[in-house]
Amino acid sequence: MREISTEKITETISSLCIRANHYLAPDMKNAFCDAVAKERSELGKKILGQLEDNLKIAEEDMIPICQDTGMAVVFIKVGQEVHITGGSLEDAINEGVRKGYTEGFLRKSVVSDPIERKNTGDNTPAVIHYSIVPGDKLEITVAPKGFGSENMSRVFMLKPADGIEGVKNAVLTAVKDAGPNACPPMVVGVGIGGTFEKCAILAKKALTREAGSHSEIGWVKDLEEELLEKINKTGIGPGGLGGAVTAFAVNVLTYPTHIAGLPVAVNICCHVNRHVSAVL
Amino acid sequence: MEKHITLPLTDKDIKELSSGDYVYLTGTVYTARDAAHKRMDEALAKNEPLPIEMKGAVIYYMGPSPAREGRPIGSAGPTTASRMDKYAPKLLDLGMSAMIGKGKRNPAVKEAIVRNGAVYFAAVGGAGALLSKAIVASEVVAYDDLGTEAIRKLEVKDFPVIVVIDSRGNDLYETAIEEYRSE
Ligand code: SF4
Repeated sequence: MREISTEKITETISSLCIRANHYLAPDMKNAFCDAVAKERSELGKKILGQLEDNLKIAEEDMIPICQDTGMAVVFIKVGQEVHITGGSLEDAINEGVRKGYTEGFLRKSVVSDPIERKNTGDNTPAVIHYSIVPGDKLEITVAPKGFGSENMSRVFMLKPADGIEGVKNAVLTAVKDAGPNACPPMVVGVGIGGTFEKCAILAKKALTREAGSHSEIGWVKDLEEELLEKINKTGIGPGGLGGAVTAFAVNVLTYPTHIAGLPVAVNICCHVNRHVSAVL
Repeated sequence: MEKHITLPLTDKDIKELSSGDYVYLTGTVYTARDAAHKRMDEALAKNEPLPIEMKGAVIYYMGPSPAREGRPIGSAGPTTASRMDKYAPKLLDLGMSAMIGKGKRNPAVKEAIVRNGAVYFAAVGGAGALLSKAIVASEVVAYDDLGTEAIRKLEVKDFPVIVVIDSRGNDLYETAIEEYRSE
């Protein structure tokens, strides 16, 4: 048994929240460079240039990349040899979010009740996805999610007969409906298979995979490439104001499913695709 | 076309703006997003006065992140405008001259823009750090309890926006996407 204190977890989550909102991961920065070279629209190029400047200003002046610093989504892999000391893991995570969002001058965007809508004032609670894995480590990924793009995300319960064409249609429908609302260029996370909730979690997780990386499954990799090409032919472009770069990446994750179903979730993320990880 | 405009917008300014123009705004704009719109709508329903003068106002759909010490504001980019579609026609009829946001508007908003000779600008979504540099002063003027959703009076200098829907109802989101579509 390896001991990890809740205090350490809180500190880590806090600094990950601040880091995620001020520095984009290198994969996203590379995606910007590639995009500028591909864009044909003058206005599109100008917008991409502004977004690159925006990233520089965010880092240098410690101003969040986007004012919507998101709802904190936390993926946490808990090694089964880990013993957490000092209190509840969930409380430690939320304390980390509270600390990070308060001390890091991040926006508090969470309301305590979906209908009564009173702001909790500290961006808690987080949305936490736990998994128990072998080993004695704790792997934490913080992925603050903005809601301009979250609101444009969809779940489609397709029929097995809809097949891969049905999947492509579902993704393209979601992307076209999202259009300018999702702050393109987007990153598109897709979950295929599992159940209603499983495919949605897969789609969210897919967004944390590096932009530019591909699935190891042959047909999935082909699907990712084909969808990216098709999305970039929609004309939506940077800022939704027309152009050749509508998405930076399409990341697909799959899972076994039921004989009667083909669930597909499309989690749309904007160009501010934030995700940072740490291992304790 | 690139233009520099000092606010408030005159009828002539608005008439001369066309979908696709790149404009730098200087002057006063007010922020309001979901919760502030809801509250203004409730005030109107009760025949109470609005906390800001709507005639000639430019409303920026934005809720900033907190300002660090010595700075007027934190990150300050646009939020999705369609969530305010329910309220915008009424405010346009009361004289609001322009809205700044991101994303599509519904037909009722477009009609109200044309009916009242107004304009819908987009600021670049997700460029909140960059846009904050064009905001020189910020002050909460109403609904302080709403936190980031309070109504703020901003002084902006060369704040970059793009005309999406002009006073004749042309919509850049429709025309530009068509131009670059290659399906
Ligand atoms: S969709 Fe993304 S870039 Fe756009 S406002 Fe929301 S968080 Fe920011």
